[in-house]
Amino acid sequence: MTSVEATLESSAKRSLLSRLRLNLPFLIWVSLLWLIAMLLVAVFADQMRPYAITKMDLSARMAAPGTPGHLLGTDDLGRDVLSRLMQSIRVSLVIAFGATLLSAVVGTGLGFLAAQFRGWVEGAVMALADFQAALPFLIMSLAVLAFFGNSMVLLVCLMGFYGWERYARIARGLAISASAQGYAGAVVQLGATPARVYLRHILPNVASTLIVSMTLTFPEIILMESGLSFLGLGVQPPQSSLGNMVGFGREYLTQAPWIMLAPSFVIVMTTLSISLLGDWLRDRLDPTLR
Amino acid sequence: MSVLLQASGLCQQYTTGKTLFKHPTVVRAVDSIDLEIREGEIAGIVGESGSGKSTLGRMLLGIEPPYRGELTWRGAPMPAPGTPEWRRLRREMQLIFQDPLAALDRRMTIADQIGEPLEIHGLVPREAIRNRVSELMGKVGLRPDQAGRYPHELSGGQRQRVVIARALAMAPKFLVCDEPVSALDVSIQAQVVNLLYDLKLEEGLTMVFISHDLKVVRNLCDRVVVMYLGRIVEEGPADEIFANPRHPYTQALVSSVPSAGRGHAKRILLQGEPPNPASRPSGCAFHPRCHLADAACKAEAPALIRDSHRLAACLKLRAAPNQDQVREIHA
Repeated sequence: MTSVEATLESSAKRSLLSRLRLNLPFLIWVSLLWLIAMLLVAVFADQMRPYAITKMDLSARMAAPGTPGHLLGTDDLGRDVLSRLMQSIRVSLVIAFGATLLSAVVGTGLGFLAAQFRGWVEGAVMALADFQAALPFLIMSLAVLAFFGNSMVLLVCLMGFYGWERYARIARGLAISASAQGYAGAVVQLGATPARVYLRHILPNVASTLIVSMTLTFPEIILMESGLSFLGLGVQPPQSSLGNMVGFGREYLTQAPWIMLAPSFVIVMTTLSISLLGDWLRDRLDPTLR
Repeated sequence: MSVLLQASGLCQQYTTGKTLFKHPTVVRAVDSIDLEIREGEIAGIVGESGSGKSTLGRMLLGIEPPYRGELTWRGAPMPAPGTPEWRRLRREMQLIFQDPLAALDRRMTIADQIGEPLEIHGLVPREAIRNRVSELMGKVGLRPDQAGRYPHELSGGQRQRVVIARALAMAPKFLVCDEPVSALDVSIQAQVVNLLYDLKLEEGLTMVFISHDLKVVRNLCDRVVVMYLGRIVEEGPADEIFANPRHPYTQALVSSVPSAGRGHAKRILLQGEPPNPASRPSGCAFHPRCHLADAACKAEAPALIRDSHRLAACLKLRAAPNQDQVREIHA
């Protein structure tokens, strides 16, 4: 029996591996490598950066990229751009990943609740979703941050509210259509508990749509955080994030464009990689699209 | 034969078209159905689209709670859907769906799906599930090498076999087949119908077979219930109903089945569409389309009247209980 099981298990593993086969398209390789590099930078920022982020060298202000000791140059206070960029990547990725996961979990959960209980629960969730969609998010963030001051946790939670209504709508709609006629109704009829129906059947079936939605939300959250930091309400100096670097670098765009271009390049590359990877992942994980 | 399932006065209604400016309309999909399902029989439910067959089938399984009326399973009332007792009862009763592709999860292999009820109810130890699944697959005529396939990789008939195997996994006593063959092409229909019949013989299954295909019902069922607009209009043993239909609606249905060597001469063609259940005709609901109808039919709704072991609801039958006279009237 155990040998049979072992072979079954290994065949299951093999099928997962073959589904994620390593003959990746070139662009996917590039995105994957870029994201891995970003993650490594985020994790090992403390060890990797050559200078402390607040270390000023006023004699070498706005040194151009390639200056010995300052690979990406220095900013207006003579701080090393590379070191600050590494720290910014860490801060921004934590915010963006945390917030994307938070909004996906909250939104999907509320959407499933609405689909399961219908009635007033559904009414309440959908009313909240409409409210969220109608509210200018930036203004709400400004109000919240102005009242409660800001901390990393608050920022992540606040960003986590961004875009949850999309997941809620998608999850609710797909769950309802699945239970009315289709496979979910059939599984209920087999005697499955709602938890099993939602986690084992509906979630994997709607995951591709949710993944695409996440890849759309992720860049938006990076940009949102950049916007808030740019307005001075996000990450506060001397701490730095990608958006906050762009914001401060803007003033020196003509004299020292590298201060702004370096974080901008990272934002563009990261959001692009996430989008490409999400798209590819959705196609790979769908057995009907092989 | 003992009574497995008993329905009395079963009603189901839906409210539709409720908007800010419009009064909601209430549609009675199933209206005062009394029905007994006896152990070991195959009962056919026939009728046009919209006659409430599928709704009745779902209600018999307790999937939809009735708006009014009572349902008892082996003498005990049917628990409300979603309760633990209701879930436990799913071991004994199962539904076979019209559209097998919709009823299967397209992201799970068919072996996993066939084994799922065993996993849900914990009937079989985990290690034994594989064996039970391959046994079930053999029983419905699926090859062992198809175990790892996904539903979209199978043909329509094979998918329906997967659905049947999944329903049989818990060795249920009672199956409701909701038009199980209407989405399949004719050659496959016969295979699936034969499979169901063999299962009845081997496992002593009790079945309710819902269909609009009278040929299939005639071949498979012991007893036939004819529904029109949510009500039973005729009920009786299948042979007798097909040989000698009493209700004019049944007569029209039976005469519509083509058979070799017989022309179209004796066919009774029904005029018009089945009426909208939201605005039910007065009196006998069938009177606008009935070739025997007169003023009395418009005024009075016929009750289901028993004549030996058959039931029929038609005013003309009360006037002329002898079937030959009704035949003469419309001849």
